[in-house]
Amino acid sequence: MNAPPQGILTARIRKDFPAARSRGFCLDVELAVPPGVTILFGPSGAGKTTILDCIAGLTGPDAGHIALGDQVLFDSAAGIRVPAERRRIGYVFQSLALFPHLSVQRNVEYGLGRISEAERGQRVQELLEAFRIAPLAERRPAQISGGEGQRVALARALLTEPRALLLDEPLAALDLATKAHIIDDLRAWNARRRIPVLYVTHSQREAFALGERMIAIDEGRILAQGSPHEVLKMPEHETMAQIAGFENIFDATVTAVNESYGTMTCRLARSSVDLEVPHTRFAVRAAVRIAIRAGDILLAAAPPKLLSARNVIHGRIASLEQTGTRVVAQVQSDGAEFLADLTPGARDALGLAPGREAWLVIKSHSCFLLQKAEAQEG
Amino acid sequence: MNWAAILLSLELAFVVSIILLAVGLPIAYWLAHSRWRWKFFAEAVVALPLVLPPTVLGFYVLVAFGSRSPLGRWWESLFGSTLPFTFQGLVVASVLYSLPFAVQPFAAAFTAVDPKLLQASSVLGVGRTQTFLRVTLPLSTAGVVTGFVLSFAHTLGEFGVVLMVGGNIPGVTRTASIDIYDQVQALDYSAANQTALVLLAFSFVILSLVYGLNRKARFQWPIRDGRS
Repeated sequence: MNAPPQGILTARIRKDFPAARSRGFCLDVELAVPPGVTILFGPSGAGKTTILDCIAGLTGPDAGHIALGDQVLFDSAAGIRVPAERRRIGYVFQSLALFPHLSVQRNVEYGLGRISEAERGQRVQELLEAFRIAPLAERRPAQISGGEGQRVALARALLTEPRALLLDEPLAALDLATKAHIIDDLRAWNARRRIPVLYVTHSQREAFALGERMIAIDEGRILAQGSPHEVLKMPEHETMAQIAGFENIFDATVTAVNESYGTMTCRLARSSVDLEVPHTRFAVRAAVRIAIRAGDILLAAAPPKLLSARNVIHGRIASLEQTGTRVVAQVQSDGAEFLADLTPGARDALGLAPGREAWLVIKSHSCFLLQKAEAQEG
Repeated sequence: MNWAAILLSLELAFVVSIILLAVGLPIAYWLAHSRWRWKFFAEAVVALPLVLPPTVLGFYVLVAFGSRSPLGRWWESLFGSTLPFTFQGLVVASVLYSLPFAVQPFAAAFTAVDPKLLQASSVLGVGRTQTFLRVTLPLSTAGVVTGFVLSFAHTLGEFGVVLMVGGNIPGVTRTASIDIYDQVQALDYSAANQTALVLLAFSFVILSLVYGLNRKARFQWPIRDGRS
């Protein structure tokens, strides 16, 4: 069997959920997955797994069209529905679903049709080695670790030479380093084949680390598509901002527009703090919403001078909370409250503690203007 | 002790449980996977022999396969004789009577197989029949063995249906349980005791086997008894 022809995976899916109708949940998306790794990013319950199930053929959309390259897999209008076992789409579930009664090797070769014993042995061996599970070949799934299980499930899906690959948070239980390792192995495998890989995650860090392209969805709708950077850096919708991890969201009013500088000045609501933000289509006195990532705010223990950053805000540290190696400082400044990220090292070097004075440094371009929720359509 | 009757019982039980394996597996598969809204009717029909008096079942088999019914005449045209009072008649009646003892453990085992495994199999390009043979069946071994053994044991111990359908013809339809009845009627208690003891020991061994097997199995099967 030769490498399968590469093709773009396209899906237009509409599916109602009767049980969730009280919530009015309806999946309605249109997406294209080119060869390479695309991240499908969104919170739990956004409809990610349903999209994968529809593409794999495990469930049917109420209406829509799904195609891989020039082959139509599903078309409600034409009455086409190719059964899952004939779609040749690899799918790794969150639960992995390794066959408990079969050895690692038998699991991996499960999807092979009737091909010669010699060829089978060679292909299985290649994959076992590519995914570093060759020493486990004779073990049962119950006797290997979670990370090893993920590798087995991936190898099993890839052995059938799928024309597309769906991964449903298959690495959810692993730390990011192990995950990146496995994804590197997957990329190496995919370098020759260039099949579309759709990788589902609800973790922002994973989305950044792993994907070439990204599709963000929430509540059954696509919010944005593009490079992870584009999608996460340029949120247009507030829901996007929340899932993309903007810890600071402020209501504000535009007080001045400096068109020649390309900036606007905004006064935060219920405070006397002014922020200089990039110039957008808003006019003076317009109500806006500003989002800033905690990781984009610098914290200084003394008044900083001669900086390019346009916003230096004086405040007082209300609390410092450490989770893992990340410290979040809560800083109060004249009615406004900011969250800023720093490292435990920086905290100790600067002698930061609750009650201390601090200066927040924020670049204009770290301030994102959001469409207000009520202005957002559907 | 009447060895002929005991051997006849064993032969009947063996033939019946083999047939139930062939008939029961597809029925159980359908019961485990069908989403038909009226499926519960089918489940009730399969479970009927658990609660019906064997005489009722035997009566309907007699009527259905008697020489006056179309089914009976069709059978007679094929095999030259009607079913009642033959070994074949006993087999047909026993298959019906022991059906739930095979189907219910099969279906319980199939239902206990993680549906994700079946989905994994289908996205790996394996069709339903192969998935059944390569995933469902191997993971249901305990349930299948349980169903087989229980239908064997249940057929071995049946009385009412055999009496109704088979009559009491030595070597043809006189099974061990009927033999015991005869011996008691003849006040030959020691002979009855010997045959009874063989059946008792045999049934105990079989049930111990089933429970021992299910100790490790992932499904529960409530043992209900419709025997009378």
